[in-house]
Amino acid sequence: MIAPQPATSLIAADHVTCRFGGFTAVEHVSLDVGPGEIVGLIGANGAGKTTLIRMMLGLLAPSEGGVTLFGTTPSRHGRRRLGYVSQNLGLYSDMTVVENVEFQAAAFGITPERVALSGELVEMRDRLVGSIGLGRQRQLAFACALSHDPDLLVLDEPTSGVDPLARARLWDAIRVAAGSGAGVLVTTHYMEEAQQCDRLVLMAAGRVAAEGTVDEIVAGRTVVEVTAESWSEAFALLGDAGYDIMLAGRQIRVASPDTAGISAALTAAGVSAALSIVPAILDEAIVAVSSAR
Amino acid sequence: MRFGVTDIHHEFGDVRALRGVDLDVPAGSVVAVVGGDGAGKTTLLRCLVGRYAPSSGTVRRPSSELIGYMPSTSGTWRDLTVDENIDFIASAYSMTSSDRDRRRADLLDHAGLSGTADRLARDLSGGMRQKLGFVLAMLHEPELLVLDEPSTGVDPVSRVELWRLIAEAAAAGMAVTMATTYLDEAERASSVTVLDRGRAIAVGTRDEVMGSFPGSITAPEQPSVPARSWRRGRSVREWHPTSHGPTEPTSNGPALEPAELDFEDVVIARLLDDRNIDETDGST
Repeated sequence: MIAPQPATSLIAADHVTCRFGGFTAVEHVSLDVGPGEIVGLIGANGAGKTTLIRMMLGLLAPSEGGVTLFGTTPSRHGRRRLGYVSQNLGLYSDMTVVENVEFQAAAFGITPERVALSGELVEMRDRLVGSIGLGRQRQLAFACALSHDPDLLVLDEPTSGVDPLARARLWDAIRVAAGSGAGVLVTTHYMEEAQQCDRLVLMAAGRVAAEGTVDEIVAGRTVVEVTAESWSEAFALLGDAGYDIMLAGRQIRVASPDTAGISAALTAAGVSAALSIVPAILDEAIVAVSSAR
Repeated sequence: MRFGVTDIHHEFGDVRALRGVDLDVPAGSVVAVVGGDGAGKTTLLRCLVGRYAPSSGTVRRPSSELIGYMPSTSGTWRDLTVDENIDFIASAYSMTSSDRDRRRADLLDHAGLSGTADRLARDLSGGMRQKLGFVLAMLHEPELLVLDEPSTGVDPVSRVELWRLIAEAAAAGMAVTMATTYLDEAERASSVTVLDRGRAIAVGTRDEVMGSFPGSITAPEQPSVPARSWRRGRSVREWHPTSHGPTEPTSNGPALEPAELDFEDVVIARLLDDRNIDETDGST
């Protein structure tokens, strides 16, 4: 049996740093995406995600370190093999659906028929893009980005604003693209999208704070779940006591290892509650990592 | 009074935005309205607060000075400073200056916005601006607080903070309802209404919605009916309506126990059921 060749990176950042004057937005970050792989880039605002992506696409020069796109310096030539859906989608809102499709097709040198539109979008073909819902606009931008069979997809919150079924269909399309060898880099804030990725890179304060699957990133982090007769009383009490708290149904999740302190705060106020230690969710892990820096 | 709407319908020309929706918003709870773009969330909330008069159905709401409404655009004035935004809303509600200053100090502190008083709203980050919008909606101590996608486009850290502010409002006894496109957020609410194309396809607590979906969900190697399948990471889920059922359990993979399913799986199964997708009709 032949050992698998190490996959060549479609896009890679090697210890890149980006400074704006005295401010370091990205510091010594390495990231690569191989063929068939879906990598999620997550983190709070200001963590450096957008700056990193802009460097990786060749839109911004790194202060230090190197970036390669398809094995070479990012260039306009490489852009042909790239499908990019930015958060503002890159569509022309004062052109119709079909005009946007024709424009995108012309830019990539393909026939407009290759842009696979859903039935709903076909029905809206003559409407101005600005007048169709944001979810539909997202599907359109997506169809355009996939139309030229790109080797690399870069997607910024690809499924925000769409219903769960449409989201599932968009992720089907992303998986199909990955299954045929495309690499996918997704930046997202959202748990549901992060869970769809093969691997996550969590950034905080310009650095890579954690890497791995959702389970690996969350691994070992716990919160205290408080079940009280009166959740509202317990919630107000723990909030006033300065704990980081989150409501989940009628349970309160406290991001602190201090079960004794939590218990004491509740008992002192005469609130009876059951406490248990449960695994953190990804959002809680992101908050913990981001506030630690 | 218990706030909410019963069997409301609303049309925009030929578009039936709401087709018989109920929403119940008890005091002291957070009711989430979840759905994609175009599901009817904003129309429902606007009917609730009185911005739209629904074409039929009943609406139960307090008088307008007891309603706090945060539109999806945050409802802040970008060319005004944080303080000026608050002054403007306070005067619109004829608040006394002592009430205004007390609420200002309290809410800005809680929202982590102390020290931003002189900044223009336009210069705030997205998350801070949404928190300011929340503060404005809360300023006059409403009984009914209605928030339209407060967390859309907000980063995870600000999102957790916003969620805490929302839960605090409910803990203080307000009736709170919020629209969101995110199921993980919705399932943390006291109850959830899942909207799809103008109708509520699931209503209840997270556990109620989880416990009562039709048919079964399996984890096959390969989907046998693509229109009824979806991926979760590298694994596949497939929904089987009760009437069909998995005919060959081996090829359809093991049926999943409720513990192995999450809220998103169940909502997708309900959407498929509602849209009546079967083998002969793969389109939505």
